[in-house]
Amino acid sequence: MWNRRQGRLRPAGCGVEELRRRRREREAALRKARREQQLVSKRLLREDALEETGGGGVATILGEAEIQQFLQLAQRGTEEKEREKALVSLRRGLQHPETQQTFIRLEGSMRTLVGLLTSNQALLQLEAARCLHELSHSEQPAVAEACLPATSYLLTYLSGHSSDFIELCLYTLGNLIVESEAVRRQLLPQGIIPALAACIQSPHMAVLEALGYALSQLLQAREAPEKIIPSVLGSTLPQHMLQLLQPGPKLSPGVAVEFAWCLHYIICSQVNNVLLITHGALSTLELLLLDLAGAVQRTEDAGLELFFLRKQSSLLPEGLWLLNNLTANSPSFCTSLLSLDLIEPLLQLLPVSNVVGVLVLTVLCNVAEKGPAYCQQLWPGPLLHSLLDILAFSDIEVVDQSLELLQLLFLYRPEVCFLPRLPRPSCSNQGYRPWRSVRQPSSRIVCVLSRR
Amino acid sequence: MQLPPALRARLVGGPGAAEPLPVVRDPAAGRAPFRFVARKVRFPREHEFFEDGDVQRHLYLQDVLTQVAEEPQRSRVPEFTCQVAGCCQVFDTLEGYEHHYHTRHRHACSFCKRAFPSAHLLDTHILEWHDALFQILSERQDMYQCLVEGCTEKFKTSSARKDHMVRLHLYPADFWFDKPRKSRGCVRLATPGPCVPLSAEALGGGGEQSEGDAMEVCAAEDVAIPWGAPSESRAVAARMEKRTYSRRIPSTICFGQGAARGFKSTKKRDQRL
Repeated sequence: MWNRRQGRLRPAGCGVEELRRRRREREAALRKARREQQLVSKRLLREDALEETGGGGVATILGEAEIQQFLQLAQRGTEEKEREKALVSLRRGLQHPETQQTFIRLEGSMRTLVGLLTSNQALLQLEAARCLHELSHSEQPAVAEACLPATSYLLTYLSGHSSDFIELCLYTLGNLIVESEAVRRQLLPQGIIPALAACIQSPHMAVLEALGYALSQLLQAREAPEKIIPSVLGSTLPQHMLQLLQPGPKLSPGVAVEFAWCLHYIICSQVNNVLLITHGALSTLELLLLDLAGAVQRTEDAGLELFFLRKQSSLLPEGLWLLNNLTANSPSFCTSLLSLDLIEPLLQLLPVSNVVGVLVLTVLCNVAEKGPAYCQQLWPGPLLHSLLDILAFSDIEVVDQSLELLQLLFLYRPEVCFLPRLPRPSCSNQGYRPWRSVRQPSSRIVCVLSRR
Repeated sequence: MQLPPALRARLVGGPGAAEPLPVVRDPAAGRAPFRFVARKVRFPREHEFFEDGDVQRHLYLQDVLTQVAEEPQRSRVPEFTCQVAGCCQVFDTLEGYEHHYHTRHRHACSFCKRAFPSAHLLDTHILEWHDALFQILSERQDMYQCLVEGCTEKFKTSSARKDHMVRLHLYPADFWFDKPRKSRGCVRLATPGPCVPLSAEALGGGGEQSEGDAMEVCAAEDVAIPWGAPSESRAVAARMEKRTYSRRIPSTICFGQGAARGFKSTKKRDQRL
């Protein structure tokens, strides 16, 4: 479980500002990577007995001779403890990228390591797996790909029983999966999907979270919609995933996060969402969302509103997107929106951002376009006022959508037009004239205003 | 649940729950220059809309652990020995013992002491190595099952199966859990290490190569020879095997558990290694 492995995250003397700056940098790097379709992140499991490292935790660079020595000792040492220690030393060295490079270039090294992985000395096996895990985490493709000879064993061990060991194998596999298509081209025929389908029945949460991680890496692959998702959908994985997302006392957040991402990758690939729906995906996700909303509400009540508004703002577009798809073709949902008094809260979201503003207005248009009975509920009310407020300061797309909404409102509620003090909307700070420079909505503004 | 029950019920109830207001559309609504149409929106996975979420996801993956963590609290107990007969491993944590047990004893063949990671592999091993009926049946029908999870193919011989696993499933030719059954002549014996009783060389405290333990000899005899087959076909099989695979492991590299056979052989031992 990640929680119990989280160690001290802050190097000494690192202030909050410094952390914020680093986080912003990382975010920017991730955005850039995503745009270049190079988004790769790996997970690292690292447990070191503090008394052995002396609390320092700095990896030592090992040379060829040392690596060879450790490998030989691990293989043929006479004392069990000696052999373990040799592997531990190797593993520590492998935390350093230079050692990793030296290791993979050394002939027979991976072979030996794989041999130790198949040892029936449990501790040797574990240490060998940890060495592999360090290698799998490397950012150098060559290093990760050098681990390929081990994959058949990692998969075989998924049907074993030591949950810690299986967890390690899964994270290692997850790291390797995301590395390159070459790796996936080997793992798929090696039976990774049936192996995961068998492993997902494990009762251990740590194993399940690791499995979710590995699976999410598989599903995130570029070639996933054609080569991976059909097989996943054809296995028993979807049913198990949905089961693990059921809200209730057994719901583990770490596990749920991983499988929610798995579902996201599957669903937005549009391979066969109908199948997921027949497995009950919709109701599971609805209930989960309600559960989460309830949790949010609880913390809001506890006085953490500010914190949650900030957190929630990143969820707003997705929430509104959901609302759009719910209300677009459904009179019932639109009616519910009205009867549950959700219009005003929605209006409060208008100024958050342009993206959010457009989405809110789209949802309102979904409601308004259904006719007079719906528009009757929209006005009188705060709607018009909010609309006219934002028209003064908004960008073109927001203005566009506002005008669409206004048009619907005026069409189905003509009495709105006769408000004596309706201010003239403007699209910029310069007064009436610049309407002509706003080419797109100008004809619409004229149409809308002509109804008055 | 924390939401007001009425609200929750309405939300959960689905489209049929609320009495929808009547829908009456005016054709003027969609008339140019207006163009709004209510529609569901789908975004493909690479869409910009998902950028924020993806960034959050990757921050989560990266944030979670990048530092050396404290060793999880393994409760230390007074040292104790493995209870399995002949095994003298010592432990001071329960997790350590558990891992050892699963690795060494849980799926261990009672005939030849070889250990397997799963029940499936153990069962397959017992069938193919120690079951006379299997050998007889295998001469008439395809009995050697593919070892890859989810694959139901069966084969006439273990080498045919191996061929399948190598070519189709990209498994290594020397996959440790699919060692072909050896003719008895080429087995070397273990020189027993400390506290190792007669039948349990494989479980000795040394494990693999220490104290001169037995090694599975990778020699010309390393072929899948059906038990009881006529010697001619055995020779043919041997030749084919040698040609197809160069699975020779250099003698300087040795790894893996040397599974001793259940009884001492009186035949000539291979002098290599």
